[in-house]
Amino acid sequence: MNQHKPLTALEIRGLQKNFDRPAVDGLDLVVRAGEFYSLLGPNGAGKTTTLRMVAGLLRPDAGTIEIAGIDALADPVSAKQVMAWVSDEPMIYDKLTPFEYLEFVAGLWRIEPSVAEARSSELIGWLGLGPHAHERCEGFSKGMRQKVALAGALVHDPSLIILDEPLTGLDAGSARQVKTVLRKRVAAGGTVIMTTHILEVAERMADRIGVIAGGRLIAEGTLDELRRRAGKGDTSLEDTFLALVAEQAEAA
Amino acid sequence: MTGTASLAWFAHHEFRLAWRDWLSMLTAGKRRRARVVALAFLAFAVFMHFVAYSVVAQFAEIEVDADRGTLVVITGCALLAWSLMMSQAMESVTRAFYARSDLDLILSSPVIAQRVFAVRIATIAASTMLMAVLIAAPFINVLVWRGGARRLAAYGVVLAVGAIAAAMSVALTVALFRTIGPRRTRLAAQIVAAVIGAIFVIGLQMAAIVSYGTISQIAFLKSETLVAIVPAFESPAWLPARAILGDTQALLAVLAAAFTMLGASIVIFSARFGEHAIAAAGVSEGRTGQRGRYRTFRTASPKQMLRRKEWTLLIRDPWLASQTLMQLLYLLPPALMLWQAFGWGVDDLVLLVPVLVMAAGQPAGGLAWLAISGEDAPDLVHTAPVPAHWIVRAKFEAVAGGVAVIFAHSSSRWRSHRHATPSRRRPALPPRCCPPP
Repeated sequence: MNQHKPLTALEIRGLQKNFDRPAVDGLDLVVRAGEFYSLLGPNGAGKTTTLRMVAGLLRPDAGTIEIAGIDALADPVSAKQVMAWVSDEPMIYDKLTPFEYLEFVAGLWRIEPSVAEARSSELIGWLGLGPHAHERCEGFSKGMRQKVALAGALVHDPSLIILDEPLTGLDAGSARQVKTVLRKRVAAGGTVIMTTHILEVAERMADRIGVIAGGRLIAEGTLDELRRRAGKGDTSLEDTFLALVAEQAEAA
Repeated sequence: MTGTASLAWFAHHEFRLAWRDWLSMLTAGKRRRARVVALAFLAFAVFMHFVAYSVVAQFAEIEVDADRGTLVVITGCALLAWSLMMSQAMESVTRAFYARSDLDLILSSPVIAQRVFAVRIATIAASTMLMAVLIAAPFINVLVWRGGARRLAAYGVVLAVGAIAAAMSVALTVALFRTIGPRRTRLAAQIVAAVIGAIFVIGLQMAAIVSYGTISQIAFLKSETLVAIVPAFESPAWLPARAILGDTQALLAVLAAAFTMLGASIVIFSARFGEHAIAAAGVSEGRTGQRGRYRTFRTASPKQMLRRKEWTLLIRDPWLASQTLMQLLYLLPPALMLWQAFGWGVDDLVLLVPVLVMAAGQPAGGLAWLAISGEDAPDLVHTAPVPAHWIVRAKFEAVAGGVAVIFAHSSSRWRSHRHATPSRRRPALPPRCCPPP
C-alpha cells in the first residue's frame, strides 16, 4: 500500500456518461481514504457505469475522476496502479489455476514474485481456496470464481478496491469469507467501494452509504444521517432507501 | 403438450433464435448495420454468379444420359459438398450438446422433451441445408439459365445431401458420446469434424498429385483409371449425379432416401438427445480435475506476463488442437506436390522453405485471430496499470513467438537430418549435349 496516504481515496466531479439516455448525469462523489463506502441504487441508476468509469473501463463524456490524488483520466496507468476492480461477473481464465492467475495479476502490477507468492498463499487460505489452488478454474462454481477474482484484486495490495455486486450468487459461507477479507482490508487502512442490492450488507459493513438514482447522488452519509434525511426515524436501511428513491422519483 | 407448445410452435421458436443469432453475428448487434450487410450480401451474390458462370456455364449442356466419366466428376463434387456439410453439421450438433443455454428450462417444463429435441435436430439439418443452398445457388442458377429449368433439380440434390449430412453427423456424434463419453467427445467431435471436412479434398488432391502431378481434383476424377474401377453405369451410386442432371425419378429417389434417413435419425436420437445434453453440460460445469504444476512465482515484466499467459492459454485450448490439425492437413497436398516436383532434383531448401512458410503462416493466422479477438478477462487486463497498446502488442508477440518456435524446431530438425545423412540428391545426369553411350 502507498506510503503517502492522501485523505481522499476517490473524488468525482461532474461525471457524465450518455448511452441512449444519460446513464450518469453530473455525478459528484467523494470517498475518504480508509472507509468502507457502499453505493446503493435501483436497477439502471448508474452505479456500475460510474464504477466502470472510475476503473478506466469506460471513458466519461464529461467530468473529472481523481484516485488518491491522481487524475485518472490524464494518467490512467498511475491511477490503476493503486486500484483494483472486481465485477459482478467474475471473468477469470478458465485454463489457469488460481495460483497461476494470481502470478499473472502480480506480474501485471509489477509485484516482487516472492512478495506476491506469499500474499497469494495467504489470500488463498483466507478465502478457503486451498484445496483447489492448483486446479484449473474451468470447473469452479460462481462463488469460487468470485473468490479467485477477489484474491486477484487483493494480491497487489491496492489502496482502493472497487467491487460491483461482489456477493451476488454466493452462498452464506463464501459471502462471509468475502466480507471478512474486505473488513480486514479496511482495518488495514484500505478503502473499499462496493455496490450491492443486499441492503443488510451495506447496513452492517459500510461506514458511509451513497444512494444513486437517475445517474445522480441523491443522498449520502452514515445510516443515521440517511434515516434523518429520509425522515424515517429508527427504521431499517431498506425502508430508508425506498423512501429516498421514492422521494427522488416524485421530484423527477 | 398444450396447443401453444406444438411442434410448429417450437420450430418457430428455434428458427427465431437461429435467425437472431445469425443476424447478431453479422451485424454485431447493431441494427443499423443490417442494411450494409444486406448490400454486401447482394454484391457478394452478384460476384459469385460471375464466378459460377466462369466455372460451370460450359457444363450446362450436359444431358441426362451422360457418360460414366461425367457421372464420376459430378458425384465427386457432390461428395465434396457432403463432406463440407457433414463437417458443419457436426460442429452444430456438438455445439447443441455442449451449450447449456435453455436446457434447464426445457427439461423442467411440462413438455415432452423428445419433441423439443426432434425440432432442434431438424433445425440443425435445416440450417445445414440452408447454408449449402446459399453457397450452391449461384452455380445452380447459372446452370438453370444456360441449361434450362430441369437444372433446378440440383437444388433438390443439395437439400438431400444436407439432410444426409445432418442425419449422419447426429448419428456419429451420439456414437462418439456412447463410446468415449461426453468429456472426450467434445474434443474428438471437433477433430472428426475437421478431418471429415478436409479429408475428401485432401485425398483427391493427393491422389491427383501422385497420379498426374497436378493438384486439380477434376483431373483425377476424369482419369481413365478411376472411371475403370467405379460402379457400373446402372448402379444406384449415380442417382445423385443423374438427379443433378435433371432426371426426375432419380431426384425423387434421392430425396426420399435422404429425408427417410433424416427422419429416422430424428426419431432414433431425439429420445436420448436430452440425456446426452445433460451429460455434456455436466462436463462443462463439473470439475475437470486438471491440476497445474506447482512452481514458485517467477520474475517477469507485465509484457512477459501477458505473453506467458497467452502461450499457456493457447497450449491448453482443446479447440485450437482441432483447428491447427485441420490447417496442417490442408498443407499435406501442397507439401506433397512440392516434394514430387523438387524433392529429388534440388537442394532440400527449395522444398523446405515454402512448406515452412505455409506451416508457419497457416497456424499464425489462426493463433493471431484467437489471441487478438478473444480475451477471457477483459476487465482485468484493462484495469491493469499498463498502457492499452501493450496488451495488443504482447498478444502479437506471443503469436510471433509461437510461429518462431515452429520455424526453429523445423529448421533444427532439418539441419540435424542434413548433417546425419548423405545427400538425397539424385546422381548427376550427364550434360544434355552429350547423349549417354
